[in-house]
Order: sequence, then structure tokens, then C-alpha cells
Amino acid sequence: MGREQPQQEQEGEPASMAYAVEQLVAVNPYNPDILPDLEDYVNQQVASQTYSLDANLCLLRLYQFEPDRMSTQIVARILVKALMAMPAPDFSLCLFLISERVQMEEQFKTLIVLSHYLETARFRQFWDEAAKNRHILEVVPGFEQAIQAYAVHVLSLTYQKTPRSILAEAINIEGLSLEKFLEHQVANCGWILEKGQGNGQLIVLPYSEFNHPELKKSSADNVPLEHITRIFPILG
Amino acid sequence: MAAPYDYEDGPQHLASAAAYDPNYVPDSVKTFVSHLYRYIRDKNVYEIHQMYETSFQTLSDRHFKDTPWPSVDAVAPYVDNDHVFCLLYREMWFRHLYARLSPTLRQRIDSWDNYCSLFQVVLHGVVNMQLPNQWLWDMVDEFVYQFQSFCQYRAKMKTKTEQEIALLRQFDQAWNVYGVLNFLQALVEKSTIIQILEQDKEGLEQFTATDGYDYNGGSNVLKVLGYFSMVGLLRVHCLLGDYHTGLKCLLPIDISQPGVYTCVIGSHITTIYHYGFANLMLRRYVEAIREFNKMLLYIYKTKQYHQKSAQYEQILKKNEQMYALLAISLSLCPQLSLVEETVNSQLREKYGEKMLRMQRYDDESDALYDELFSYACPKFITPSAPSYEEPLVNYNQEAYRLQLKLFLHEVKQQQLLSGVRTFLKVYSTISLGKLATYMEVDEPTLRTILMTFKHKTHAVGSDGKVISNADIDFYIDDDMIQVVESKTAKRYGDYFLRQIVKLEGVMTDLDRVKLE
Repeated sequence: MGREQPQQEQEGEPASMAYAVEQLVAVNPYNPDILPDLEDYVNQQVASQTYSLDANLCLLRLYQFEPDRMSTQIVARILVKALMAMPAPDFSLCLFLISERVQMEEQFKTLIVLSHYLETARFRQFWDEAAKNRHILEVVPGFEQAIQAYAVHVLSLTYQKTPRSILAEAINIEGLSLEKFLEHQVANCGWILEKGQGNGQLIVLPYSEFNHPELKKSSADNVPLEHITRIFPILG
Repeated sequence: MAAPYDYEDGPQHLASAAAYDPNYVPDSVKTFVSHLYRYIRDKNVYEIHQMYETSFQTLSDRHFKDTPWPSVDAVAPYVDNDHVFCLLYREMWFRHLYARLSPTLRQRIDSWDNYCSLFQVVLHGVVNMQLPNQWLWDMVDEFVYQFQSFCQYRAKMKTKTEQEIALLRQFDQAWNVYGVLNFLQALVEKSTIIQILEQDKEGLEQFTATDGYDYNGGSNVLKVLGYFSMVGLLRVHCLLGDYHTGLKCLLPIDISQPGVYTCVIGSHITTIYHYGFANLMLRRYVEAIREFNKMLLYIYKTKQYHQKSAQYEQILKKNEQMYALLAISLSLCPQLSLVEETVNSQLREKYGEKMLRMQRYDDESDALYDELFSYACPKFITPSAPSYEEPLVNYNQEAYRLQLKLFLHEVKQQQLLSGVRTFLKVYSTISLGKLATYMEVDEPTLRTILMTFKHKTHAVGSDGKVISNADIDFYIDDDMIQVVESKTAKRYGDYFLRQIVKLEGVMTDLDRVKLE
């Protein structure tokens, strides 16, 4: 199917194109004619480092309705973008809409393996496998940073203080780059560096209700206002 | 009412096929249609409901146990040949056919045509009737059910005759997924139900308070069909495997409150069943458990009132399925405090032993997760038409197999977590090294297990915020694990409220007693 995009359109305002597509998805999603727009939108998300789950699910649905029109290249991009959205379960949501047959293709098997490693916090294996498959991942700018953000998220849920080596392995940064990274986090994200066991360094992660359970607000005994209104007549 | 889900398509075996005369109209039917027609014209919703709910069933049992009702052409003369009534009659006619017999391909196509005509009349806004919510719900429910049934039927290509294939190719618009979704979407939009619900919340519109009925001389049909279509969309999206969008379609309905969706038991159950299932697939286990718990308690308390109704079997079936889903959810997210005592005892009776085995996470547990999921899941569909060129195979199981496979994959990823749970329940402080030894893994592996536990028990809500589903709270300080005991807080607030109201009631009663 020949879908030639004139050069001008691609150089046009991405923001208005995004708005137009989001409108389509909201108002007229069950329409085979919007498929080309949705595909262009995927490419735009990749280029401008933005992301729209709704639009991508809409496209995957259309591919499901008309398998002949599916572009595996676009699907691969959607999946990479979904990986970058972790810890959100977007990757699984996308897989639910992709037939088993298609999932058997090499590049999808690889992406599924990568997702598996991330879901089970096996960061070392993840980065090893990612290095072997740069060609799939390089296509999407911002991939590394997104995964590093996810790694930091999981570490922050789990640790109050984590050894530097654990962090380094999780985000795949070492040496000088790691120093710079830590500097940035200390300056902007409330990280603290402490001396650890032996010659090690400990990284103190920011307080949250997840790694400081005592901070968790006990919501169990909160009584909603509507229930109290029941006894207003009695209280007089 | 949609036909039982384990409904198999096959060649028609009408016991009295030879005896069926579409033009024969028994007197009781003549009376039935002419009265129903009159009540509809008079907008007498109560009587319409009686006839629709009771008389139709009685007559079906008496005269049409295994034959269709008389053809619409035969009854038309008794209802002034009213176009809209005939569309309504045909809708009931097909619903009866699907429930008691096996529709042929031709009949499936004709039913689709009837829905198109009926919905188009409604969408044009020219309908001036008030129909009972039960009937309007049944229309949407049956519409989605027949779509599901058609997809299942179409996917069984192996036994298709050449005639059938030719018909399928010719009428490719019938039960086309775009058509189905667009009708539901159109009903939602044209009825402006989303805006009505928003205004209803602010008190600017009367919708929930009147159960959707229009007391200003207008019609409730478009509004309520639009309302129920949101549930219809949730259901279709679940059948396709798109849980996120399904939940989005349901958003305008606030399920924490009663509403029009709770007016009809079938709609209440369908809504919560699919809502819970979608949340389960989205790993929002606490949300799923909460809603299943509420629904199961409600069914427990009220099912006796539905014993005589045609929906009773369906209610029971969905009840059992939701117990299975609850068992799965609790095995993945052990938070028993979320479950009401009555529901919990029923759950233990039905699945107590299986749940213990599921939480052991061995090969046997995989089989159990498979069994429960397969029993309780929706009948997933492949929405695309087959390629009629390729060799004829049955692919009606493909969609289900995919969802099952992905679900079991998720379960497997959570396999190691139950071991961790057991240990963390016993210790308040333990070093990584020691725990690793007890669990017979090395330290790095233990670290990944603990991080996986955190990741899997902290879901991302629809607003992007992280919600903890965790039953055990812990954190790691360098190489020491500190477990924080989560005390199950006693719900004093609720208890006091109940006692205050009760005491007030007793005092009021006492006041009324006149001492002789």
C-alpha cells in the first residue's frame, strides 16, 4: 500500500500532529482509515522521545482486525517504547494483542527475553543481552536512559542503602560516567553517598513509603465521610 | 438473556422441526403480542416488564421449547404492522433461537441485519418508547454475545461447507468487528451518556435517581442503551485482549456506587466480572480482589430472589467463575484481609486446597493456574476473518491460548516470590547471606528475587502512580533485610458506626413501646 508522506508534513509541527492523532483515537478509534496516521505517530514518538499507550494499543488492535496490514517494524518499535515505560505493564498489554505466530519472530523473541529479564530484576543479564542486540534497540533514542530510570525505581523500592556495585550493575554505568551520574543524583534527587563496608561506597536512596514502610499511612482505619453522615441525625 | 457460554454450534436437530410452522400463531401468542404492543404504546413500563420477563418465558416453555416463535410476518397483523415493534419482536425471536436451538449461518446474518435496523432506528432519535432496563440490557448483552458466538463459529473452518464459505465471503459485513464496535461507540456518543453522567454527579441532571427512566415524557431507550454500551465495550475489549482500553470505556461509570448498572443483576455481574478480570491481567490484584469480594457477597445475599428467573443459571455460573478468579488473585497476592468472612468460607470450601497447592509454585501449581484460568476466563475471539484460500483449519482456540500463555508466563515470573514470603514472615531482621543460604541461592540471585518481589507487588495505577499490593513490607540496608510487620488494623471506626446506628434503632423501638 503506497503511503507516501510529502516531506513537508514530516517537518511540520509535531505537537499538532500528536493532538490530531490523539483526537482520532479518542473519537474514532474503530476506523481502518486511521491506520497510516497511527503508524506515522509511532515513528514520531520514536523521533521526539514521546509516548502514547492509547494510540499504540489502537494501532495494535487495527493490526489484529486486519493482519495483512501489519508492519512488524512498527510493532517492534511499539514494543521497545513499551519496555521503556516500565514499571508500567505496557509491554504485556501490547503482547496480549499480538498473535503467537508473530511473537515467534526472532526480534520479538529477543524483546520478550529482554522484558523477562527486566520484570525479574535480572539487570546484568538484561544489559548483556541488550548489548548483543543493539540493532533492535538503537532505533529508539532514549532507550538506555528509560531502562536506567526503571532500574533506579526498583532499587528505590527495595533499598534504603545500596552498595555502589549493585547500582552500577543495575544501570550499566561504571567509572567516570558513574561518578558523573552519582553527582547528578546527589544534586537533584536527594541521594546521599556514604562510606560502606571495606572500601565500598553506600548510596542512600530517597525516603519513600515503599522503602520506609513506617511512613506508610495506615488507611485501614480511615472512615469515609459518607459513612459518618449516617449518624449525623443521631448526633443531633 | 445471553445463552449459556458452553454453547456448541452444530447442525440443527429440531425435535419437531418438521412440525414447525412459522405462520402458526397460537392464541396465547396473539394475545401476548397485542398486549405487549399496547403497553409499549402506553409506556406502561411495569406491564411491559412483566410480559417481557415472565410471560415470554412461560409461553416459550409451553409452546416453543425447541422450536422458534412464530415468524414476525405472522404476528405483524396483530400489532398494526408496527415497524419498530417488529424489530423488537425479531430481536426476541433470535435471542430465543440462540438460547434454545442452533442458529444457522443464514440466521446469524439475519440477526445482524435486525440489530443494524434496530440500532439505526434508535440512533436516529425517533424512538419514543420507555422500555424496562432489563430488556435494554439484554439487547446489548445479546448483541455482544452473538458477536462472540459468530467469531467462534467462523473460526471453525474445518467443517464448513462450500455454501457456508460462499455466504461468509458474500456477507463479510455481518458481525464485522468494526461494525460491532462502531455501533456500541455510536450508542455511547449519540446518547451523550458520558455528559449526562457527569452532570448527574453534579446534581444537574436526573439519571441515576430515576434508574435511567425519563419522567418528562421522553424516551429512556437511547440513553440507557448508550449507558449499557459502555459495559458492552468493556466486554468486547476483554474478548480482544485489550484490557486497558476496556477499562477506559467503563470509566464514566462509578463502580464504587450503585447506579443504573446495578439495577439489572445481569449487568451488575457482567460489569464487575470483566472489570475484575481486566484488573487481574493488569496485575492490579488488590483492585480485582476488592471488587470480586463485593460482588460475590452481593450474589450470596441476593441470589435467592432470582431463583425463578431465566438468568439464574447464568448468575450461578458467573458466581463460580468469579470464585476461581478470586482464588487466582489471592494466590498471586495473598491479602486475605480484603475478603469478607462469608466469601472467604465459600472460597475455602471451593478452592482452599487448590490455593495451597498453587502457592507452592511447582509443576502442579502451573497446571492448577491453567485449570482455573481456563475455566473462568472470557471466551476470547479472533476478530479477523479467515483467509478462505488457505487450508481449512479450526483456529477458534488461538486467542484463548495466547492469553493463557501470557498469563502463565506472568505466574512463572512470580514463582520464586512465595519462598521469600515464607521466610520474611518469620524474621524481622536477617542478613542477605543467611537468607540466601536458607533459600539455597547465591546472594546476587537473592537480590534479584527481592527486587522482583518489590516490582511485582507494586502495581502502576491508571493514573501512573505506584500502588503497593504488598502483603509484606521490608527494605534492605546494605546487606541486611529489615522486615516491617504490617499489623492488620482492627476496623474500629466501622464497628462503632454500626453500633451507634443499632443502638439508636433500639432506643427508637423502645420509645414506641407503650407500657400498659
